[in-house]
Amino acid sequence: MNSIAEKFIRKETLPFIFCPGCGHGIVVNSFIRAIDELGVQKNEMACVGGIGCSSWAPVYLDFDCLHCLHGRAIPHAEGLKAVNPDKQIVVFSGDGDCLGIGGNHLIHAAKRNIDLTVLMMSNYIYGMTGGQKAPTTPYQATTKTSPLGNEEHPFDVQSVVVGSGATFYARCCATHPIQMKEAIKAGLRHKGFSFIEILSPCPTTAGRNIFNFKSPQETMDWYRSQVYLLGKDAKPDPAETRIPLGILHVDESRDELTDVQRQKKEAAQK
Amino acid sequence: MKTKKLSFCGSSLMQGNEAGAMGALAADCKFFAGYPITPASEIPEILSSKMFAENGIFMQMEDELASICACIGASWGGSRAMTATSGPGFSLMQEALGYAVVAETPIVIMDVMRGGPSTGQPTSSSQQDVMQSRYGSHGDYEIIALTPSSAQEAFDFTVRAFNLADKYRVPVIVLSDEVVGHTREKVTIPDTVELFDEKYRGLCKEYYKPDEKNIPPRIRFFEEHSVLVDGQLHDERGVRAGHDPVKSARAVEHYCRKILDNIEDITSVDRYFLDDADIVLVAYGSVSRSALSAVNKARANGIKAGLLKINTVWPCPVKEIKAACENARRVIVPEMNIGQYVKEVQRIAGFDKIEPLPSLGGVLHTPKMIFEKIAEVN
Repeated sequence: MNSIAEKFIRKETLPFIFCPGCGHGIVVNSFIRAIDELGVQKNEMACVGGIGCSSWAPVYLDFDCLHCLHGRAIPHAEGLKAVNPDKQIVVFSGDGDCLGIGGNHLIHAAKRNIDLTVLMMSNYIYGMTGGQKAPTTPYQATTKTSPLGNEEHPFDVQSVVVGSGATFYARCCATHPIQMKEAIKAGLRHKGFSFIEILSPCPTTAGRNIFNFKSPQETMDWYRSQVYLLGKDAKPDPAETRIPLGILHVDESRDELTDVQRQKKEAAQK
Repeated sequence: MKTKKLSFCGSSLMQGNEAGAMGALAADCKFFAGYPITPASEIPEILSSKMFAENGIFMQMEDELASICACIGASWGGSRAMTATSGPGFSLMQEALGYAVVAETPIVIMDVMRGGPSTGQPTSSSQQDVMQSRYGSHGDYEIIALTPSSAQEAFDFTVRAFNLADKYRVPVIVLSDEVVGHTREKVTIPDTVELFDEKYRGLCKEYYKPDEKNIPPRIRFFEEHSVLVDGQLHDERGVRAGHDPVKSARAVEHYCRKILDNIEDITSVDRYFLDDADIVLVAYGSVSRSALSAVNKARANGIKAGLLKINTVWPCPVKEIKAACENARRVIVPEMNIGQYVKEVQRIAGFDKIEPLPSLGGVLHTPKMIFEKIAEVN
């Protein structure tokens, strides 16, 4: 096993549940490289996941892990953070978990600007249950529950999250693991609600149902053709039809929730 | 147990909801998350003003789902945690209550019962959540539910709920009701309370492994255990085992046995005039006070009536109900619902001599209503 994996992977939970060609393993890879570079110690961080393929990611990490209910990773993480404001709490979620069943928790956590780092792996589909339409499924795309084409438009995730008050938003893709690692590092360092949307290919259900791709490689190639890296401090070009990857929103001005709670405690105990 | 000295002792007039909130503070509760709902809202109101001064955290969440989940997170984070709600909110909490059972997470849920179903009777009392508290979440499990009948008991039982939650690593329900929650009466907060002293097993990988009494040790995050907490049935290291019939069966048996094997320690009842009673009343919560008045009146009228007051409706105190009803000619079960707990009494004491005495519409039984029933069956 690679030395970084040796350090951070919980061996008793192996093998990974991820299918060949799934982007989630790349996310785990980028994540452990990010925390290795940041020098995060075992008792400084806890990981929280909901239900779904992506929510399994924290189970493979050798940190305290709360693998909880579908959609409820964020409120579990909020309670954990509120009583441990000095610890780093990371939420691993999917688009269904985070935007669908957990959507109300997401927007309120963003509103509170509580210091969590949320990694939302988005693959346009409900993968674990076999390929039903998700809150991110493209308009008119075919899935197991939209065989005649999706009747609804997908969320504009950046607008939802930033509009709700998140003070950090980055977009990554499994095709660009180095940029992902750097974005995760920036998200972890940011004090406040950090949201990282990661486009993560699902060749098994999205590849088959939505795109009609024949192989994981075809899926990965398509993703690579859909995205481009945004230079540091550059703004997305409105004429560009591809999806920009980068840190797209940072706001350092808003107070972070656990800081405010600490101030309330100090004032109340005077 | 360890003794904690309280900074806010003494007698004063307070409602049950306030007493429950004070009980939480006395029990070292350092995290409260809740969502407003009648008739429980005084609990978050009071704790929002007192929690920070007690070095705790108060959070008003976006809904009841988030409230109980935040409590579970805080509990793993090392804090005693509580939420409070009423029927509709309690329904929303059932999902995470089941998770707390499987993840063996100590939390306290105070349910101030109102009339249901659905929006029901928001401002009226009931005892309609008795079966919801027992069977509300899916799957097989056992649960602890305490039923205070007064503001004083709302304080005392809340402290005990935290101790039981920590001792058995379970969610514990304080099943209060609107009458208890909103009745203002004298409450004496003692100088000290006894709190469960958590024992740590130290660093180990089998952190779910129970002791000989089926109780796993308390464990928390950030102590280098790399704890893996999962809602899927798991082995003693927390590793998923939902696909393994033997390990899965063992897990479910464990959740049930750790309560049933320790039922004597958990059960609490009060007995009034039961030694020679012909007519036995079985009651809990606010109704038990009307029942005791009725029993006193019956005794004054020469009727040999007695009362078994149940302080822990779950796990069902089977032995105590059986003993109290064994020699009775008739058994009356007054409840502020259509007849829920009476079915437990029927299965234990037999169908023939049981008289349900339901009261619906949010109406608390008066002593007169219960006395008339005693006189009728005498």
